[in-house]
Amino acid sequence: MPTRSSDILVIGGGVNGLACAARLAAKGRKVMLLEAADTVGGGAGAREFAPGYRAPALAHLTQGLDPRMAAGMDLVRHGLEFHPGLATTVLSGGDPLVVRGGTAEGPDSSAFAALHAKLSAFARVLAPFRQMTAPRLGAGNRWGGFLRHGLGVRALGRDDFRELLRMILINVHDVAEDELTDDRLKGLLAFDATLGAWLGPRSPNSLILYLDRLARGVDPLLPKGGMGALAVALGRAAEAAGVSLRTGARVAQVLVEGDRACGVALEGGEEVRAGLVVSAMNPRVTFQALVGAQALDAGFFKRTHHIRSRGGAAKLHLALKGAPGFAADLRSRLVIAASHDAVEAAFNPVKYGEVPEAPVMEVILPSAHEPGHAPEGGHVISAIVQFAPHAPKAGAEAAREAMLEASLRVLEAQAPGLRGLVVGAEMLMPYDIEDLFGMVGGNWHHGELAVEQMLFNRPMAEMAQYATPVPGLWLAGAGSHPGGGINGAAGWNAAGAILEARA
Amino acid sequence: MSFDAVIVGAGHNGLVTACYLARSGMKVCVVEKNDWIGGAAVSRELYPGFTYSNRSYVRSLFRPEIMRDLELARHGLQILPYEGGAVFQQDGGYLGMFRDHDANRREFARHSRRDAEAYDLYARDILRFCRFIRPMLMRTPPDPSSFRPRNLSELLWLGKQMGALSEGLRARMVQFWTMSIADFLDEYFESPVIKGYLAVSAIIGTALGPMSPGSAYVLLHHYMGDVDGNVGAWGFARGGMGAITKALTASLRASGGEVRVGQGVERILVRSGRAVGVALANGDEVHGARVISNMDVKRTFLRHVEEAELPEEFVKRVKAFKIRGSSGKLNIALDSAPVFPALPDGAPNIKGDLHFTDSVERMERGYDDWKAGQFSRDPFQDVMIPTMIDPTMTPPGKHFMSCFVQYAPPKIAGREWTDADRDAFRDTCLDQIAAYSPGFRDRVLHVEVRTPRELEAEVGLTEGNIFQGELTFDQLLFNRPVPGYAQYRSPIKGLWMCGSSTHPGGGVMGAPGRNAAAEVLREAGRKGGMSDAYAVL
Repeated sequence: MPTRSSDILVIGGGVNGLACAARLAAKGRKVMLLEAADTVGGGAGAREFAPGYRAPALAHLTQGLDPRMAAGMDLVRHGLEFHPGLATTVLSGGDPLVVRGGTAEGPDSSAFAALHAKLSAFARVLAPFRQMTAPRLGAGNRWGGFLRHGLGVRALGRDDFRELLRMILINVHDVAEDELTDDRLKGLLAFDATLGAWLGPRSPNSLILYLDRLARGVDPLLPKGGMGALAVALGRAAEAAGVSLRTGARVAQVLVEGDRACGVALEGGEEVRAGLVVSAMNPRVTFQALVGAQALDAGFFKRTHHIRSRGGAAKLHLALKGAPGFAADLRSRLVIAASHDAVEAAFNPVKYGEVPEAPVMEVILPSAHEPGHAPEGGHVISAIVQFAPHAPKAGAEAAREAMLEASLRVLEAQAPGLRGLVVGAEMLMPYDIEDLFGMVGGNWHHGELAVEQMLFNRPMAEMAQYATPVPGLWLAGAGSHPGGGINGAAGWNAAGAILEARA
Repeated sequence: MSFDAVIVGAGHNGLVTACYLARSGMKVCVVEKNDWIGGAAVSRELYPGFTYSNRSYVRSLFRPEIMRDLELARHGLQILPYEGGAVFQQDGGYLGMFRDHDANRREFARHSRRDAEAYDLYARDILRFCRFIRPMLMRTPPDPSSFRPRNLSELLWLGKQMGALSEGLRARMVQFWTMSIADFLDEYFESPVIKGYLAVSAIIGTALGPMSPGSAYVLLHHYMGDVDGNVGAWGFARGGMGAITKALTASLRASGGEVRVGQGVERILVRSGRAVGVALANGDEVHGARVISNMDVKRTFLRHVEEAELPEEFVKRVKAFKIRGSSGKLNIALDSAPVFPALPDGAPNIKGDLHFTDSVERMERGYDDWKAGQFSRDPFQDVMIPTMIDPTMTPPGKHFMSCFVQYAPPKIAGREWTDADRDAFRDTCLDQIAAYSPGFRDRVLHVEVRTPRELEAEVGLTEGNIFQGELTFDQLLFNRPVPGYAQYRSPIKGLWMCGSSTHPGGGVMGAPGRNAAAEVLREAGRKGGMSDAYAVL
């Protein structure tokens, strides 16, 4: 018996799904959000990976929430608070180096400040593009916003404008070589640019990912109470806006009748009908699994397979019975990368489906900031470990073990005795992340954040403005412009596009 | 005596510029440090009776407009198109390559029926991209930061070119320009050897691997050539690559131009902010109203111009110009024709490019070695035996073999190449060939080995980079060689650039030389008998 209880169905209760649903509901639409898991949050949820130890399930920091979403959903009122922006400590063979707010210690202090100022200026003029629907490369465009932002770029002045055009597609390795001498800073720059990407620092087009990061914020943020608290606040805010949240509802199919999306079928057979369906799921999953070939143009369906979605990041959770001996403030973000070459070397084997010997990583200890993550005296390590193969030649099990071993080796070198403290360990490889979160290839952005998949090509030219070739079906996830990270811009933009279309 | 133009370096681009200027009536002198003319496009006798094309080795990119304008055929240039080639596989099989689309398609079908079908789509797409980008080769890049009418109208022209495409094709082309060739090929093909073969053009001469974003564009750069209007076709110059520069020299002399060899330029003379000539190594000075450098941008400005004459920011950019060499070369005199048992008897493929890299992964691993400062342990080689088509280069029955090798770094693990490194490099390459050609080593009479060290020492290619600068977006179009100086002019009045460091970059193409001449002539208010860039297709 089909039910029709809403105008709009949003599939997927991650940050973008919640942002989209909340914005639509706030504008008076009747919105229902369907989430397969028991709680909303998606990549921003929490996970008890060992008895008494809780870690952020996937994302463990945000580079900054979309300000429109944070204000529009009034997240502060719904309980969201952040710790002060995290400083970064770079750990390598030599002395630790602390970087905070774009300033670094050490011999490169002034060079880094100059580079940071230049790149921040670029990021500032590019940031507005994140908050607009991507332009089309054809007719039917509304060029106003795009041209206005374009003039903003030109307003950098002639010299900086030229410099931006030179650097926009450059590789981050060369920038590090040209501007810096300290290997620790070169390593940090290379690491931050390639975090969550499927490319090494020598790959052209890598600096733009660093600019995109700066456009979101300088120092990363940790919500009080952990990432899970962010998910809770988002869920509450969405409900307060009038969204009806339905968890434990896994969508099996998007129903298409007369060439128009008209609802979904849940696992178990229940049908839920609505005038509009918005998928905050991965675009490949949306079309290949939920819509299916029979409802789509053959050429379009084939091209959805070309959305590249290789994940190169693994997630490591360690339960420790004591404090690890890092030569750093345990409340900082620890980046373990000896140099930009070390980052590249960690990427090399992944191209061939192999595990690197010395992965690079970003480590945080939620337990160092507040109680509640680990039993008294214990600590939790949450680390994003790069790079990890998404389709290992050696097989899933062997690769996971090798990755864990390599990661522990790297950690032990920075915190001698750490192995002896480990009482529980979990290594989520990209394929595990795919299984847990529906991220194709384990890619956190639901499609690689790469220049050829940005703006009017994200996720594909045919649906870069959130509308899809199936009338009544829209996209709102990280697979759409401007991509992922715990940010919400894609979902917020999508809601804007839907409202504008009066669909 | 004073010239209208002094051109530094008798490479193909310097000669092209000189020819156009001479034809406009300017008095032109080309000065060259070596005893021979031709830069990297030369034929030399390095073993008795054998002619070596010992640097560049095939001709495809050289612009047909230039050949016509400068009457190179009348001055002795003859291009011999050649047929395909072969990729030898590790399992003993091979993939034949043909210039004819349908022949290629049939051969692909032997490896994968799906890929044979995909090849039609692939070829169509690549042709469209080529068609779009080719007209840009022969135009001075606009300066997007300038509001001068000429720059604006050029930008508008570019927009119009884009406007002529369908929306889908525009989006696709932007992807193609920025993505890696490995990813691009994955969208069409499944057979590793077919992908390995098609990826080749994306890495030749480039410090990128096939999995590096931006490598697909490099493929286009190599595909833009045409032999007699046959797009993407390649040919040998009869008598070796030197035949091109020989014909250019003959054309130059016929127009009254002059070439002086054997004395390199020591310094470019600048008086009150204006280039007025050059001082040679022997102390002689050659004066001219303008100086046009065919040398790469680093050599020109960091070695031959006083730093005080240049803006600080310009010097900084030139210093940071990326010009890392990535290739080496073996030139081999053979006592008899090598045999490759994998090929059927009488197969024509031996007359073309022979490769031993049968997958993209092997190619990429070769690049990983380069990144670590080593030459590839399992290198990619493009082996050609021009004497299979042009017997004039060797005594009867003997052969000349040219092996282009990718990758070879400018320095070995941060230090200079030694002779021992060079020998190890040579043996790695010869062993690879011998693994597919029994008895190969016994046929070898003489081997000349060129690592980036030799390329820099002899031809003056900084770091041995054959394109006078890497072909990544930060160094292409209006960024090449330096933002704000992409229009062949330098910060010094009267000092121009015409080498491959300028748009559109390297390869024996001649376009930088012609574009530079066009700019010089435009500024001087002269006509140079330059036909419009031609757009067949």
